[in-house]
Amino acid sequence: MSKAREPAIAVEDLVKVYRTTRAVDGISFALDNGSITGLLGGNGAGKTTTIAMIMGLVLPTSGTVTVLGAEMPRQRYRVLQEMNFESPYVDMPHRLTVRQNLRVFGLLYAVHDLAARIAHLAEELDLTEFLDRPTGKLSAGQKTRVALAKALINSPRILLLDEPTASLDPDTADWVRGHLERYREQRGATVLLASHNMSEVERLCERVIIMKRGRIEDDDSPERLLVRYGRETLEEVFLDVARGRGEAREAAQ
Amino acid sequence: MSGHFIGMDIVAPHRVGAMVLRYLYLLRSSWTRLLELMYWPAVQLLVWGFLQFYIAQNSGFFARASGVFIGAVLMWDVLFRGQLGFSVSFLEEMWSRNLSNLMISPLRPVEFVAALMIMSLIRLAIGMVPVTFLAIAFFGFNVYGLGLALAAFFLNLILTSWAVGIVVSGVLLRNGMGAESLAWTLMFVLMPLTCVYYPVSVLPDWLQVFAWMLPPTYVFEGMRALIMQHVFRADLMVEAFALNALYFAAAVITFLLLLESSRRAGSLLQTGE
Repeated sequence: MSKAREPAIAVEDLVKVYRTTRAVDGISFALDNGSITGLLGGNGAGKTTTIAMIMGLVLPTSGTVTVLGAEMPRQRYRVLQEMNFESPYVDMPHRLTVRQNLRVFGLLYAVHDLAARIAHLAEELDLTEFLDRPTGKLSAGQKTRVALAKALINSPRILLLDEPTASLDPDTADWVRGHLERYREQRGATVLLASHNMSEVERLCERVIIMKRGRIEDDDSPERLLVRYGRETLEEVFLDVARGRGEAREAAQ
Repeated sequence: MSGHFIGMDIVAPHRVGAMVLRYLYLLRSSWTRLLELMYWPAVQLLVWGFLQFYIAQNSGFFARASGVFIGAVLMWDVLFRGQLGFSVSFLEEMWSRNLSNLMISPLRPVEFVAALMIMSLIRLAIGMVPVTFLAIAFFGFNVYGLGLALAAFFLNLILTSWAVGIVVSGVLLRNGMGAESLAWTLMFVLMPLTCVYYPVSVLPDWLQVFAWMLPPTYVFEGMRALIMQHVFRADLMVEAFALNALYFAAAVITFLLLLESSRRAGSLLQTGE
């Protein structure tokens, strides 16, 4: 496969077993460069574990993960510079100011002209007035924007997001989605987004992978999923899959 | 050992610097943190210093051994606070739920450890240097008068403290905050065996074997020889250094194995209890 057509992320027969629990059970998918994909699934479906294995944070029991041609986690230091991650379940030091936090991560990622990059991100994410405030004293929406600024500090080619708008009010969540869309378009980044929010996935993603009990139950574009399941919304499709009604509905179509 | 968790191929000073900067920002943000660094060493010194003062007035032996207790207090604090400085900096990442951010960044484990070692030195300097001046002012004990021997004592003690700090951090990575108490208490397990305040000969013969397996034992024996007999035991320092080299290497390998095990168990994702 030529370099240009090589997938940004390739997952092959990936399995993760925690003691007796199969958190991820033999999944395979490949994400094209510049694509934005939603990873849907209920609690315990294996989304976070899958993302963690893509980042090299969790070792697979078997199977392979390749990111930008580097085998994870063995060759992770070749590509970590090109990746970043955001999740509401991972914090940043509360006592450090927003500027200090961004500066530390900017240095870790060896960002050139870091002061300008921080100023640019602060402006883009409407954080300028909070830059010198302790991160822990910000509201949930402001903290999410700081986390997003950290995730974008190195202009990643691969952006992994775990429920990026969880616990945000609808207005802030919509604003975050808009920013992610713009970033993906401008940078040509590959985005993998784990979410419970169906309207978010419907709006942002050109492809949806639905997981259930560690397995991929379906994998298609949102439009085709709606047609195939004969449903109006992705939420209905998700419920069909979650309750095991998917095959029956498809057969009836 | 598989290659992917070694993370030693390229050590970048800018990443080590970034982590040191992160901890300095934290120290700067809280005067209580700074005060805390000096508080306990000062209390320890004053209690033991006055005790020695009292005993020395009533015993010819202790009058001759003037400074042994105070020296032991200061050296013990190098050992204990050195480890604590390392472990607390590491714990800061777990308390702030920031570990995953670091583990998915280009920061190598060896760079992380290097930054924690530097922070241990900085925290030690902030806590101990004022206390050494307190020792001069209150008890006329000048630890700097030990000269080059002080450097040998310090080097050996700090190496042991780092080795223990590295293992504790590995256990925290693997087991989460449930193991936090280890960071505060593990060094005290060594205290009776390293003979901080009494000579090794006081211990039963069978326990002396274990005592001599610990590098700090050599330092405290060496310090007593220097203060009481005015003899610098270079042989003890060399032996301590050899043991430290061994334990430090073992600690780094243990840390890397525990990190690997954390990746396997998924505990880097959950750093709570």
